[in-house]
Amino acid sequence: MSPLLEIRNLGVHYVTARGTRVTPAVDEVSFSLDAGETLGIVGESGSGKTTLALSLLRLLPTAARFVSGEMRFEGRDLLTLSDKEMRKVRGKRIAMILQDPMASLNPLFTIGNQVGEPLRAHEHASRKSAWAQARELLRSVKIPAPEARVKEYPHQMSGGMRQRIVGAIGISCEPRLLIADEPTTSLDLTIQAQYLNLLRDLQKAHGLALIFITHNLGIVAKMCDRVAVMYAGRMVESGPVKEIFDAPAHPYTRALLESIPRMSDSRRRLTAIEGQPPDLSALPVGCAFHPRCPDAMDRCREEAPPDIPVSPGHSGRCWLAVHPEPARRISSA
Amino acid sequence: MKRFIVKRLGYAMVSLALLSLTIFLFVRLTGDPAVLLVEPGASKADLEQIRSQLGLDRPIWVQYGAFMSNLLRGDLGQSFYYRTPVLELYLSRLPNSLLLAGAAMALSLLIGIPTGIIAAVRVNQWWDSAGKIFALLGLSLPSFWVGLVMILFFSVYLGWLPSSGSGTALHLIMPAFALGWYFAAAHMRLTRSSMLEVLGSEYVKLARIKGLPEALVIGKHAFKNALIPVLTLAGINLVIMVNVAVVVETVFAWPGIGRLLYEGIAFRDFPVVQATVLLGGAMIVFVNLFVDVLYAVIDPRIRYDR
Amino acid sequence: MSTTEAALRNRAEPLPVAMPVAALRASGFPYIAIGILVLLALVAIFANVITPFDPEVGSLGDRFKPPAWQMGGSTTHLLGTDHLGRDVLARLIFGARVSMMVGITAVLVAGVLGTSLGILSGYLGGWVDQVIMRVTDTWLALPALTFAIFLAAIRGPGVWNIVIILAAIYWTRYARVIRGEVLSLKERDFVRLAIVAGCSKRTIMRKHILPNVLNSAIVLGTLMLGVVIVTEAALSFLGVGVPPPQPAWGLMLADGKKGLMAGYWWLTVLPGVCIMLMVLSANLLGDWLRVKLDPQLRAL
Repeated sequence: MSPLLEIRNLGVHYVTARGTRVTPAVDEVSFSLDAGETLGIVGESGSGKTTLALSLLRLLPTAARFVSGEMRFEGRDLLTLSDKEMRKVRGKRIAMILQDPMASLNPLFTIGNQVGEPLRAHEHASRKSAWAQARELLRSVKIPAPEARVKEYPHQMSGGMRQRIVGAIGISCEPRLLIADEPTTSLDLTIQAQYLNLLRDLQKAHGLALIFITHNLGIVAKMCDRVAVMYAGRMVESGPVKEIFDAPAHPYTRALLESIPRMSDSRRRLTAIEGQPPDLSALPVGCAFHPRCPDAMDRCREEAPPDIPVSPGHSGRCWLAVHPEPARRISSA
Repeated sequence: MKRFIVKRLGYAMVSLALLSLTIFLFVRLTGDPAVLLVEPGASKADLEQIRSQLGLDRPIWVQYGAFMSNLLRGDLGQSFYYRTPVLELYLSRLPNSLLLAGAAMALSLLIGIPTGIIAAVRVNQWWDSAGKIFALLGLSLPSFWVGLVMILFFSVYLGWLPSSGSGTALHLIMPAFALGWYFAAAHMRLTRSSMLEVLGSEYVKLARIKGLPEALVIGKHAFKNALIPVLTLAGINLVIMVNVAVVVETVFAWPGIGRLLYEGIAFRDFPVVQATVLLGGAMIVFVNLFVDVLYAVIDPRIRYDR
Repeated sequence: MSTTEAALRNRAEPLPVAMPVAALRASGFPYIAIGILVLLALVAIFANVITPFDPEVGSLGDRFKPPAWQMGGSTTHLLGTDHLGRDVLARLIFGARVSMMVGITAVLVAGVLGTSLGILSGYLGGWVDQVIMRVTDTWLALPALTFAIFLAAIRGPGVWNIVIILAAIYWTRYARVIRGEVLSLKERDFVRLAIVAGCSKRTIMRKHILPNVLNSAIVLGTLMLGVVIVTEAALSFLGVGVPPPQPAWGLMLADGKKGLMAGYWWLTVLPGVCIMLMVLSANLLGDWLRVKLDPQLRAL
């Protein structure tokens, strides 16, 4: 079975209006995703993960350009589709959940109106039918009293409910792939777990492939089958979650895992990663991480490492990748 | 919702009171009010008579009390020139000004909103630059000059349109355009920036993510949200239009309250001047109130917040 | 990769993101605008030297002469004469002086008054704030033109009266904006430090608050200049501004109206072009300053 989504060597650059500065937001990114799988994409802000997500839907700002690669979804390269064809993919085959549910919902229209929109646009549902289906969708994301909710406005809902509604919008046309861009970041801690469980249930019920974009490794451990780590626009490591958490191949991944504070830790100080994320428009020569890497060698300063396979399905962009070191275990609680 | 209206009404009343106080004080504080409130060409004896008649020698708060009570009874004085109560005169001319302002507002919105939307959707391209130039010109050209130049072209050179007076639609075209021109530019600018803001919002992003046709994204999601500030401004501008139409009405001899004000100055008919300013300010206060309420009707968030 | 060529031809779906309005303005230095303003200033200053004729005296025998390039015109009166035989060019030159003087003075006075009151109101708060704000709100409710006419009717004609009236009306715009700025400045750390250090309120307002609101005041000043000039022109046009026989562009437009139906276009078009140039330049300058000095002022 060929993968549902196959990204090969994707490159997205931002060009300033006068063409003076080129910022490689996404560079030489390759990964694949099978149907029903969950992939986590981890990185700091500015690492390129949101740009990557928007690229999959071809919804980048005017300053962005696709400079290389292909994005194969269900066998077709999305980059070759016309605007009209791409529109049929969005919302229907690939859906996305954004971070801030209050901002994602139009304050002037009812919930029912907004949930039913994709159905009317993609499946040409009538108003009545869309309204009824919207009610059912709200029910399936466990919103109480959906008949009443459907007539209400976004500002009348709580944050958790709004995010469920956004989820309902996402699954309304039964897509094959759902991209969730930091969906729990703006939710209260107590609601987060509930929401993640909801996503899991929806995934099982609809056979969705899920791409989870987050900076929270705990969520990755809980929700994802595979994980990809992004740094300065590149995918520096990708592979099965358990393997990577046990034995990360890239120093950055290792540092991320070690910086998670643990109660059992005997050390007093928190571990932070030294230095700052790099300016994407002025990347250092060689490996982008070398200024902050505790294991940097001369070679790292001169030559950027390619994606080196460590084991089947697991690879990392590090000259030291062939000798991965075990990391402290982290419990997937 | 009711509480909201009552609260707004309260604010309006306070504003009106302050307005009348301001006008009152200005007249009293600058020089000898009797000179203003008496007909031109009056003798010294007349002045004395007016002074005692109006109670100008009594303490200021007593005078204010008299002023306010007159006001509330609808007595705004008598026009020297027309020899009729000013309020009557004002109300008879008001419909003409409203007609002119209405036409000018319609024009300004018909021109301003679409150009603003196009400028925003085609941001930084040719349309946008043309729009920016249009806006700059609109905001820099005085309305009365636009009117004069139009008369030159359309009345004197081409002979198509009448240069003054009112009565037919033809009479309305030029003054409406002269008056509306500035506001068209202002509305265009606001529409454009409002639209740009909305186009960058998360819900428009989500609308695109849903795969909705671009026409729907702009026409449904962006449009309504972007219009809110524009319509608010338009509502307020309507009354401002009525008031600043004085020059346009003078140029075209349009019989509205603007021209009435001009006559008031030209004929040194002070009661007319005072009343026009007072009523003009009152109108603005009421329209602000109306627009606030309307806003609450359109935007459900405001209703439920209070 | 067969699809690379396709990919390489910008296939990104354009998603118009809200770019800061400031970035969209011509970010280039407004040479033309400043040039025009400097030119007008020079004309105003050296009016006596460069004028071909006395602007207030005319010979009735030379009435309504058209500009030099039209039939019937001559190079003596390059831009023609008005209904009293006065040279139009001379009147335009001296009109520039009046407009500049009135405009700049009114803007300065309004600016000083409005900024001071704005700082006091914003920083001191309490009843001072309430009083100033109520007054400001009330005055802002009246359209400037109507209010100006009203005040002019009370005070009578005269150039300085006009300046006073314009200043009295437009200070409120400053007060509003500056007060808003001061309110947010008050929360900033350097102000708090000064308070903790024991500086008097006066010192804080003078040394810490004032320099920081100066930017906004300047931008507002340039934007107000255009508005003030148009208002002055309108007032003069209506007869309650600069009194005749002094030359003012608005007054020239009023006179020009008399000859309009007869086709004496230069009496209407030329003064208007001058007004437009001055206002346009002031607006362009103000826009550019707004971007340069503080992009957050785009709300102005």
